[in-house]
Amino acid sequence: MSDAAGRWALEIDGLDVHYGRVHALRGLSLTVGEGEIITLLGNNGAGKTSTLATVSGVVRSTAGTVRAFGRDITKAKPWEIVGAGVVHVPEGRRIFSRLTVHENLQLGGYLVSDKAVVGRRIDEVYALLPRLAERRNQQGGNLSGGEQQMLAVGRALVAKPKLLMLDEPSMGLAPLVVTQIMKLIRQINADGTSVLLVEQNARAALKIAHRAYVVENGVITLQGAARELARDSRVVEAYLGA
Amino acid sequence: MANLTMSPARARALFDRLQQNRHLGLVGLAVALLAPFITATNYALSVMTSALLFVMLAVGLNIVVGYCGLLDLGYAAFFAIGAYVSGILATRYGWPLLATAPVVIVAAVVAGIVIGGPTLRLRSDYLAIVTLGFGEIIRITANNLTITGGPSGIYGIPGIMLLGVDLSGPVGLYYTCVVVVALAVLGAARLGRSRLGRAWRFIREDEDAAEAMGINTYRVKLAAYIGGAIWGGLAGILFGAQLSAISPPSFTFLWSALILMAVVLGGMGSTPGVVLGAIFISVLPELLREAADYRYFVFGILLIIVMIFRRQGLWPARAMERQSRRDKRKAEEHDAREAKEVVP
Repeated sequence: MSDAAGRWALEIDGLDVHYGRVHALRGLSLTVGEGEIITLLGNNGAGKTSTLATVSGVVRSTAGTVRAFGRDITKAKPWEIVGAGVVHVPEGRRIFSRLTVHENLQLGGYLVSDKAVVGRRIDEVYALLPRLAERRNQQGGNLSGGEQQMLAVGRALVAKPKLLMLDEPSMGLAPLVVTQIMKLIRQINADGTSVLLVEQNARAALKIAHRAYVVENGVITLQGAARELARDSRVVEAYLGA
Repeated sequence: MANLTMSPARARALFDRLQQNRHLGLVGLAVALLAPFITATNYALSVMTSALLFVMLAVGLNIVVGYCGLLDLGYAAFFAIGAYVSGILATRYGWPLLATAPVVIVAAVVAGIVIGGPTLRLRSDYLAIVTLGFGEIIRITANNLTITGGPSGIYGIPGIMLLGVDLSGPVGLYYTCVVVVALAVLGAARLGRSRLGRAWRFIREDEDAAEAMGINTYRVKLAAYIGGAIWGGLAGILFGAQLSAISPPSFTFLWSALILMAVVLGGMGSTPGVVLGAIFISVLPELLREAADYRYFVFGILLIIVMIFRRQGLWPARAMERQSRRDKRKAEEHDAREAKEVVP
């Protein structure tokens, strides 16, 4: 991969999204460098989920461009975007509660036609997340919240993402489980995957991120190194509740 | 791992094994092959042939409703298209009935694309309404066209001939149906286990999540719809062969509803369940002839009773859906314990 094309895993430039009359994103721009963990913070309705949904092709933008690994994916279909290595773990996990853990993981390999490759990747996920291996034949709905989140991440990993986008993985989980999930994300990143982490739990997210953005009313209002933002008085006041 | 007491676990394993038995299909086939040796009156053969046709229709609709979760209320339309296309080719142009099969398949695929193409962008409830309309449009069109014979339909459809062997008698037709339907059931079951079948299940469970993971949901749904159309169309050929005459009233909404009922009653997405459901729906009214005028009343009551006591169907795809609330509780407790350990 050439340096020029490979610098950014994701470049969002001037993104506008409308839901009917609601103007959800107003010229939002952000970048994720290759190998970085970037967190996007913000309150409910600020535009975090819209950003991810637009990148993954589920929502259409009205203006702006999205590039992944140097390639324009603004108008690409969801499956083309997954094929390009950008995988989205949606909010609320969205695992298949009536299918087994193993079947859930198989979905991640849907675009890979070689069964042996999918099998190997699933084994890698089991090695990374042994609790899923223990429960491979249980239905997704019978897992605890933390395990469900791990399953959702595991499912995405089977697709071998180059950029993993996570939408509020800490939602509704106990503190220790949140720590486990964050550790998992850090580990995935250490293995070479770029990460865009959308969170309301700013404290947890800022601990593992390299850089951070704050979105308000569909536009980025603050950005910088995660360590600095964690000390920024505006962030502390609004999101860390000090 | 799980501290389940031995006996329920064993019973469950046994039950599961029974349900997943690979030889089950062979047993079913043997029953179908041997049935005429028990009773082979023309009446019995006609009831059994109808049951087989019903099995084929139910298995076809199961691809759409059971595997993919698309509610189709106009399935009889594809059945009608198959019956009319083969009937017209056979009576007006003198084609042998079996030779019409490729044309019927093409017609079914085209009809599937025409109706599915624009409507599969809709979500479930809207799709149900549109398919309901489609079913009626086909029937009313057949009622008004000259080539379909208008209200009196098409008659004099010949029986099936294969390599000079006359299979048009009740026994010949029955065994032809056994072979065709067995292949249809096997084909549908295999399709359900294929990669495409898995994609259907993902869409049924959560369309958005399936799309987010890279499934082209529209194309995969259209494939289910076309699959169902082909099964229905081919069943239509056999239907024409059995009755030798078809007319619009043969394809009313009641048919679509009964086929759907077979799928739901048997267990959506479960091949053995749907086969059982189809036999139940087609044979029960015959067995209830004793009840004379109350026949359909008793039939209805029985259906309601079954659905009250076996909501997942007679033979559900996942037998033990609720097996482990306790697994979930255990997992949550595990999380809670860990959480307590950090909070001093």
